[in-house]
Amino acid sequence: MLKKPIAMAVLAVLSCAVQAADDADLAVIRSQIEELKKSYEQRIASLEEKLARTQAGSAVNRSDKPAVADQPVPGKASGFNPEVSLILQGRYKSMKDVAERGITGFVPAGGHAHEDGGIKGISKRGFSVDHTELMLSANVDPYWRGQAILAMADGEVEVEEAWVQSLAIGHGVGLKAGRYLSGIGYLNEQHPHAWDFADAPLMYSALFGEHGSYAQDGVQLKWLAPTSMMLEFGAEVGRGANFPGTDRNGNGIGASAIFAHIGDDVGVAHSWRAGLSYQRTRARGREAEVHDANDVHGEALFSGESKTWLADFVWKWAPDGNPKYRNFKFQGEYFNRRESGDIGCESDEAGAACSGVRDLYRSRQSGWYAQAVYQFTPNWRAGVRYDRLNSGSTKIGANALAEIGNENAMFKDFRPSRASLMVDYGWSEFSRVRLQYARDRSMAGITDNQVTVQYIMSLGAHGAHKF
Amino acid sequence: MRKLISFAVLGMVCLRAWAAVEVFATVPEWGALTREIGGDKVNVYIATTAFQDPHRIDARPSLLARARRAQLVVANGAELETGWLPVVLRESGNALIQPGHDGYFEAAAQVVRLDVPSVLDRAQGDVHAAGNPHVHLDPRNVLKVGQALAQRLARVDPDNAGIYQANLAAFSGRWQAAIGRWETAAAPLRGVAVVVHHQSFAYLTHWLGMQEVGALEPKPGIEPSSGQLTALLQSQQTRPARLVLRTAYQQDGPSNWFAAKAGIPALMLPFTVGGSAQAKDLFGLFDDSIDRLLKGLR
Repeated sequence: MLKKPIAMAVLAVLSCAVQAADDADLAVIRSQIEELKKSYEQRIASLEEKLARTQAGSAVNRSDKPAVADQPVPGKASGFNPEVSLILQGRYKSMKDVAERGITGFVPAGGHAHEDGGIKGISKRGFSVDHTELMLSANVDPYWRGQAILAMADGEVEVEEAWVQSLAIGHGVGLKAGRYLSGIGYLNEQHPHAWDFADAPLMYSALFGEHGSYAQDGVQLKWLAPTSMMLEFGAEVGRGANFPGTDRNGNGIGASAIFAHIGDDVGVAHSWRAGLSYQRTRARGREAEVHDANDVHGEALFSGESKTWLADFVWKWAPDGNPKYRNFKFQGEYFNRRESGDIGCESDEAGAACSGVRDLYRSRQSGWYAQAVYQFTPNWRAGVRYDRLNSGSTKIGANALAEIGNENAMFKDFRPSRASLMVDYGWSEFSRVRLQYARDRSMAGITDNQVTVQYIMSLGAHGAHKF
Repeated sequence: MRKLISFAVLGMVCLRAWAAVEVFATVPEWGALTREIGGDKVNVYIATTAFQDPHRIDARPSLLARARRAQLVVANGAELETGWLPVVLRESGNALIQPGHDGYFEAAAQVVRLDVPSVLDRAQGDVHAAGNPHVHLDPRNVLKVGQALAQRLARVDPDNAGIYQANLAAFSGRWQAAIGRWETAAAPLRGVAVVVHHQSFAYLTHWLGMQEVGALEPKPGIEPSSGQLTALLQSQQTRPARLVLRTAYQQDGPSNWFAAKAGIPALMLPFTVGGSAQAKDLFGLFDDSIDRLLKGLR
């Protein structure tokens, strides 16, 4: 920058000196000055450019902070802390005040038709918070990964999942051990925060209770075939303590399941998965609250075998396979459950007909649901679902029936159904609020119009979801 | 019978030795780079297209099946694929491609990232702890990733290490020449102020000396809102942008709206290989991007 004034000064001095000179000299001197000026200006411009470059360069260096991930700070043990995420869910629900809520024709999980063992809130009227889910997960070492999901509600913490998964077996083999959501069906492995509706399909409530999923303490082995189409086979053995089985204090296998999944893409916009699962478990003295033949309170006790088939299908579509702006999802599942064994009823109360006489019990039940959810903008989704169950005709031997009586809703021949509509809005992928209307005809003689407003928020490291 | 089995086993072993390395690339740019360096020694499957937002992909069954058979996963990293890749890797039952093994490669880990946040808070939107993940739009980064990738391929497939090095050398020569060409051509872009849909072009604008003066998304990963667009329009008075940039997978509505109001062109840049007809490979990607930017200025 200094050079410009110097050039000017030189110019001035020279211009003074030339006054005495003649015209020819003047021309020569003028051209020399011109050259001098040119060369100075060029040098100045190049210097200015250089300066600008260094300035830009240093600015770049400032923003180019070395990435943290590449240079672990030694001694910072907290870096190994598991990924933590917390799900906050709450709702407002308006529905009929029904004393003993349940699904007519189906034995309720947990013995009676309230909300024991269920998700807090789903069967509460008015405002409530659902249980709060805390999820911790991390790689244990190069060979194992672990995850725990704790569900917290007033006065209780329930271990929903606590398992380890193999990482290093290879050959398509995956091993999981601990308490995990069984791989049967499609929705079973999803937690309530990933559901598209505020409640589980009737089918899942009937099969596994209000949790809407079957959790198993045991071992799961899966194998993914090395084929271009996804082909996966799995088998599970476990304790079988949960409904429809019971905890039986045995050394053997309490429940087992097998499943197969197949799936692929059709073009770039469509993808699908279909599955077939079979679950087998046993119950001993599975309790169900009844009003006996004399209308006295008692417990029906079932012992025997429970076998369930499930078929599931999911189809997803997104323009160009880019689900961010618009996407569509169809999902449907079907089940068929057979239970056979014996039943009897017991009661401590005076005047009870129940005396504990056991007789044959046989049921064959089925049901399905189908749902479609359309995301029509990045924030808004709308969905419709239809549920239908068939209780079949439950056969109870004459000796037991004489005591249990004919009047219990859970043994009635009925076809429950429900239709649901929902709209939800997500501010981001971590928050969602949902409005749902359902016309619930799952209880004989009652049409329950239910309105639910629900929010689901996830905090922290929110892991990836399965398909 | 025993002979037959031993023949079959021998055959499989031979096939294994002859077969190309199965590569699972998460995004088109790294798939294209793997093809440049691997040549016919690799068989590359690319999990996404230029029309898909790599942040938001489902862990589709087809991806599981592909990951199951992969010997090398070439991921972008820096949390770009955090919504689907971890599930795909874990459920694949493939020990080779788990993070920490030679079969798992992260491109963004090979370069210096921009915009590494000093505070991690989701109030800032979907920020990435490791910095802006879209590193490939600075061609100097592509070269660094290429060098690391050639080394990794050599570890996964030592028999062809020489070929990978030779391919890298050939690619580097062509690439460096191209960088010179692009930098000369892009000289008029220096200092040009732009508005972007999402922080997808941070490395491109940084490399070319362009200035990002605003984003249509109020926070990363949050869709453009009318409030944000209006505020941006007002700042046009003081810091006027000359172009609005978006990728092939982003909606054109917000950038078209803003461009019309501000009276400046909205440009769709291919962003990655396959994003435009001209962006057939990495060279085409940069040729076309700079071409479109220059045309936008006129």
